[in-house]
Amino acid sequence: MPKVIACIDGSAAAGAVCDASAWAASQLDAPLLLMHVLEKPETPVKGDLSGNIGLGTREHMLEELVELEEKKSRIALDLGKQMLRDACERTAALYKGETDSLQRHGSLVETVLELQPESRLLVMGRQGEAHENSPGSIGSHIETVVRAMQRPILVVMPGFTPPQRFMIAYDASETSEKALDMVAQSPLLKGLECHVVMVVSNNKPEHHQRLDAACRKLEQAGFTVERSLLSGEVIETLHDYQDSHAIDLMVMGAYGHSKIRQFFVGSNTTKMIGSSRIPLLLLR
Amino acid sequence: MQKTLKQEWLSNPRGDFLSGLVVALALIPEAIAFSIIAGVDPKIGLYASFSMAVVSAFAGGRPGMISAATGAMALLIVHLVKDHGLEYLLAATILTGILQLIAGYLNLGNLMRFVSRAVVTGFVNALAILIFMAQLPELTNVTWHVYAMTAAGLVIIYLFPYVPLVGKVIPSPLVTIVGLTIVSILLGLDIRTVGDMGQLPDALPVFLLPQVPLNFETLQIIFPYSVALAIVGMLESMMTATIVDDLTDTPSDKNRECTGQGYANIATGFLGGMAGCGMIGQSVINVKSGGRTRLSTLTAGILLLIMVVFLSDWIRQIPMAALVSVMIMVSVGTFSWDSIAKLKTYPVSTNIVTVATVITVVYTHNLAIGVLVGILLAAMFFANKVGRYMAVTSALSGEGARTYTVSGQVFFASSEKFFGSFDFKEVLDKVVIDLSRAHFWDISAVTALDKVVLKFRREGTEVELIGMNEASATIVDRFGVHDKPEEVEKLLASH
Repeated sequence: MPKVIACIDGSAAAGAVCDASAWAASQLDAPLLLMHVLEKPETPVKGDLSGNIGLGTREHMLEELVELEEKKSRIALDLGKQMLRDACERTAALYKGETDSLQRHGSLVETVLELQPESRLLVMGRQGEAHENSPGSIGSHIETVVRAMQRPILVVMPGFTPPQRFMIAYDASETSEKALDMVAQSPLLKGLECHVVMVVSNNKPEHHQRLDAACRKLEQAGFTVERSLLSGEVIETLHDYQDSHAIDLMVMGAYGHSKIRQFFVGSNTTKMIGSSRIPLLLLR
Repeated sequence: MQKTLKQEWLSNPRGDFLSGLVVALALIPEAIAFSIIAGVDPKIGLYASFSMAVVSAFAGGRPGMISAATGAMALLIVHLVKDHGLEYLLAATILTGILQLIAGYLNLGNLMRFVSRAVVTGFVNALAILIFMAQLPELTNVTWHVYAMTAAGLVIIYLFPYVPLVGKVIPSPLVTIVGLTIVSILLGLDIRTVGDMGQLPDALPVFLLPQVPLNFETLQIIFPYSVALAIVGMLESMMTATIVDDLTDTPSDKNRECTGQGYANIATGFLGGMAGCGMIGQSVINVKSGGRTRLSTLTAGILLLIMVVFLSDWIRQIPMAALVSVMIMVSVGTFSWDSIAKLKTYPVSTNIVTVATVITVVYTHNLAIGVLVGILLAAMFFANKVGRYMAVTSALSGEGARTYTVSGQVFFASSEKFFGSFDFKEVLDKVVIDLSRAHFWDISAVTALDKVVLKFRREGTEVELIGMNEASATIVDRFGVHDKPEEVEKLLASH
């Protein structure tokens, strides 16, 4: 049974991740897994620059490093356990289904990939503890995780409320067609008001046809659909629309292009994750 | 392993830069000393250390490991340089790289599992002894000044780190070299300096093709050296990578390390450097100084070159005595002193493997041969041990009939014992040989069983075998059983 997996850490978004994952788990009627990854701190110990190797330096150094890391890891481990306990309490109030918690050593990306086969939806905060104080930036892991995962990911910001209205950023690309199909088939967003928004630089008749076809797909799946064909700068236009229609969840296909193209052209997905004020459901 | 570029390069810039600087300073005397061991100009070792470090920073499999010109490799090429000259050494270096590339792409890094702990210990200790022995020519037939300088150097190296404030910040080998150089210039001592040993780099290295005839004869000359260099280079690099793995508690890609060494050696050969590999001592220094990522290796290589090219007039003045004291520190630091204490507690067979490895290397000056001897001995001891897990019991099972029950491992090491366990003198009508608790591992075992059967038949005894099929199931070279526990169970259960 695929699960909703929530990535819990000590950041401000952890509460929102709990709420969002509990909401998603009840919508999908899927088991919930609260996961905390103990990453190795990447700042190594202060180096000794004496540059000499004496008798048994190797053995001494190994002992020293082990002792040091043991203490650090012990603290991190207990802290993580506490976080998971808090998270379990918080989700228990919102979701009565099967809830598990899991602690793993390693990197977040590695762990998420290991869990991919049993993952139905991954919920994570936009920024981890390291990026708390830099608004507008995104955590160091998000892009790597989104690119590596082939499953839906819900990115949340601090302060999550169950959404009433969602919008799909549609651009007729292969990724957005896939995203549309997934939304149509999934129980996650059933019963919410749906807006399909297409932003183009120049208005052509075929855009209308594509948009109509997309909306029909959703209507057949039982959604009530609002459609809009807008022109302008993609990210800004989407934000304006979201503000004026009180949209509280954005759905988009993510990273349809290669890393190389992103290097030259930039990526709408990354920009969107960085600037969005509402939760994002990224579909691959 | 999802490692991002950022993690492998930029997660620790300050620590990496400082440790790279420390390692670069430590590499200069070592590279010069190893060049002298090999019998080439110091510039050959210095260029090699630069290019090995820089290329392996990008291509290697173990971030934070230092590769450069090493003693192990220098010792292998002495005769090649003496008999055929530098150009053949460069050609051999390129061929070494090619062989390592092939080994890496064939995933031969996995063969490291056949090198037992005892052989590794022997390798490291032998290397330390050879580095120490290589310093002795500098200490024979010299004036008392040299001894005084060397002794002073050792005192500074080992005691300077205890000086408050500066001791842990300034590398003590550097203090030694600078201090002794100043003393020898001020006193105008007439002792040997690095400048007397050959050419130093005065420019950046350039891409050159080795000036050797491209024919079969050349290949015949360099191939044996290249094979030994490739093996020793990979062995030492793997050991170093494992040591860095342990210290930093992070995994590394051993096969990528092999190909990385290959690329580094190919580049080094074309840039006019001698073959190199991973360095145990320097990698330990790097980790100790706070280096963790590829950036530290790259920094070490680049700073080394900059310093050498710009400071060559000063490096020329370094007295050999200062180098000798640094190299004595390196050999002392490389030697695994723990292993001496453990001789008492380890089994005799393990100690024999270690000591035999050391003795072979010190005798032949060739680490490859030493490792080969160590691996062979370890395998024989293992076979001998396992061969004891074989027993034949028997019981009379009626008038003129006997049942032999064989249990345990039957293979080349135990097949003699197996054959000798049957009493062919006993007069019997029928013999039953029950093999259902035995495992036949190879053709030696089957041949021994055939001999037993034939011999009984010649005595006029009827022979019946039980459980032969199951017992010989282990003969077939079945790979891929390791990941199916139930298969292993089936194979090794008492069928």
